[in-house]
Amino acid sequence: MLEIKNLHVKLEDEDKQILKGVDLTVEAGKVHAIMGPNGSGKSTLSYVLSGRDGYEVTEGSASLAGEELLELEAEERAALGLFLAFQYPIEIPGVGNMTFLRTAVNAQRKARGEEELSAGDFLKVIREKAKTLKIDADMLKRPVNVGFSGGEKKRNEILQMAMLEPKMCILDETDSGLDVDAMKLVSEGVNALRDEGRGFLVITHYQRLLDHIKPDVVHIMANGRIVKTGGPELALEVENNGYADILAEFA
Amino acid sequence: MALPELKQSATEARLATLSLPDGGCLEAARAAAVSRVQTLGLPDRRDEYWKYTRPDTLVTADTPSAKVFVSGETPIFDGFDRLKIVFVDGVFDADASDDLSLDGITVERLADVSAKDIHWVKDLYGVLEARGQTPVARPLASLNTAFATDGVVIHVTGKPSKPISLIYKHGDESSDALLHHLIRVETGAEATILENGPAASRFNKVTEIDIADGGTLHHVRAQGRDHERRAATHMFTRLGAESVFKSFTLTVNGVLTRNEQVIELTGDDAVAHVAGACVGDGDFHHDDTVFITHDAVNCESRQVFKKVLRNGATGVFQGKILVKEGAQKTDGYQISQSLLLDDDSQFLAKPELEIYADDVACSHGSTSGAIDEDALFYLRSRGVPHGDATDLLTLSFLAEAVEEIEDEAIAEELVTRLEGWLARRR
Repeated sequence: MLEIKNLHVKLEDEDKQILKGVDLTVEAGKVHAIMGPNGSGKSTLSYVLSGRDGYEVTEGSASLAGEELLELEAEERAALGLFLAFQYPIEIPGVGNMTFLRTAVNAQRKARGEEELSAGDFLKVIREKAKTLKIDADMLKRPVNVGFSGGEKKRNEILQMAMLEPKMCILDETDSGLDVDAMKLVSEGVNALRDEGRGFLVITHYQRLLDHIKPDVVHIMANGRIVKTGGPELALEVENNGYADILAEFA
Repeated sequence: MALPELKQSATEARLATLSLPDGGCLEAARAAAVSRVQTLGLPDRRDEYWKYTRPDTLVTADTPSAKVFVSGETPIFDGFDRLKIVFVDGVFDADASDDLSLDGITVERLADVSAKDIHWVKDLYGVLEARGQTPVARPLASLNTAFATDGVVIHVTGKPSKPISLIYKHGDESSDALLHHLIRVETGAEATILENGPAASRFNKVTEIDIADGGTLHHVRAQGRDHERRAATHMFTRLGAESVFKSFTLTVNGVLTRNEQVIELTGDDAVAHVAGACVGDGDFHHDDTVFITHDAVNCESRQVFKKVLRNGATGVFQGKILVKEGAQKTDGYQISQSLLLDDDSQFLAKPELEIYADDVACSHGSTSGAIDEDALFYLRSRGVPHGDATDLLTLSFLAEAVEEIEDEAIAEELVTRLEGWLARRR
């Protein structure tokens, strides 16, 4: 589904190399997790894949379902089926959550040459999906993320994911700022979206999120590269021993 | 003190083009206003209060011409149930207007009223305008008091069932209109005044508003879209105890607009909110000048002004809160912000607080900025194309001002117009 080859990325305005040759393939139906110490390049990877400005790809490639990603605008990548759940979702005053979601869903449908959803159909779908994430009518009406608690913001990200039905979901530290109950609720939302045709890349510092969203593959990232790949047991090893032992192997 | 020579000759040249209307009971007020103009002189670019806005074209003897803009769209507020009062190039149009009778309110033409001897009219005409000349001179308003040829006198005694809608049409490319309105809201009475349209090539309008204890007045205005039109408007409002005044102005286009709001909170627990949203593209200069005086206990005032500027457009904000001695428990808030859609546009802001009471809460803020890149990326990452995302964020920027309008249907109508403006610029 997602194929990253030898990806090198530097900051656009600074001579600072962040990613130094990332190779990673996420197959449809699989959940991959990336763990790694602060500054290892995890979030940069998610931003570069989703098309944020400010980064320069100096080498390598990334494709989604066979389509080259890196030359595309952020909105084109979204229409292809890429979704990034933000670590810090942005507040947009004055724009209703529902209006925002309908604009997004229909913009993607339009870009794919599909018919736009009518207001009635959209309402039916969103009400149903919001219910399972315990998002009430008031949260749908309120301006996007304004005055939402940390947990509400993350649930709102998952609601967007559920509405947009992407092929490839990247979750950037979705567990940050969540209490145990919120983490459970968010994870259930993500698990409900696990599907044969959909890939996941879960970026996290902590193993505990992976208790709820069980990964098929775990990667350790350090200094702009993936330095170790294994099964779920690798996450437990990090939890027990920290990164030091693993990183020492590659020092 | 004698006026500087240039100011003196410009003032005389302008006065020579105007003649005093038949004064009736307003004769003394008009004569006093003439001498105010002569004493103050009309504004020029050397005046501190006109530092950011060149008044030349508002003052010249000749009226700069302005093409009449035909949009082909239904006029704003068209679908609303309202009492329509139409002026064309500053002249009342009886045929296009509704019958002026409505329960809870009396509406008369200024010219008809001046033939009578109505106490409250004599006590208001030119009175708030004259009070508003200190500490800062507003000679264009005095000019208006002296020479205004038309206008309405609105007496709100109850709660009329629909808004009074003043519609200002522009038909003549060289029209120069001076309108003067009076509004008196009695105790416990409540009304909504709507205004829309360009009015004339050059428009000078004064509204004097006196709200008695416990009265409420809502005001929503949409200034016409004619690109070359010019306007200098003043609203002088005096609020009694527990009264409420809420005013919102939308400005779309117009080569020059100066809107002054002069508000005096004279009774305890009064509330005054003034807000504005303007969008300008290219040859557009928009100035909001606000002066709010707190002269009673426990009053609240809010100023929320938002300007979207592109292609060299200029926005100006001069806003002052004056809290007089003894005006304790004052709650004053002021925010002025601009969204600069390119590097050519500019926003000039002068927020001022002057406080002589020791138990008050006043805050003010002013910012200028571009579209927030993080928010833009957030929207685009959800598949919203760059242009749509920019429009959404522009509306989001204006929302805080638009939300000041209490009537949701009216607010929605204004948002639709803003969306149209943005869509036309894509």
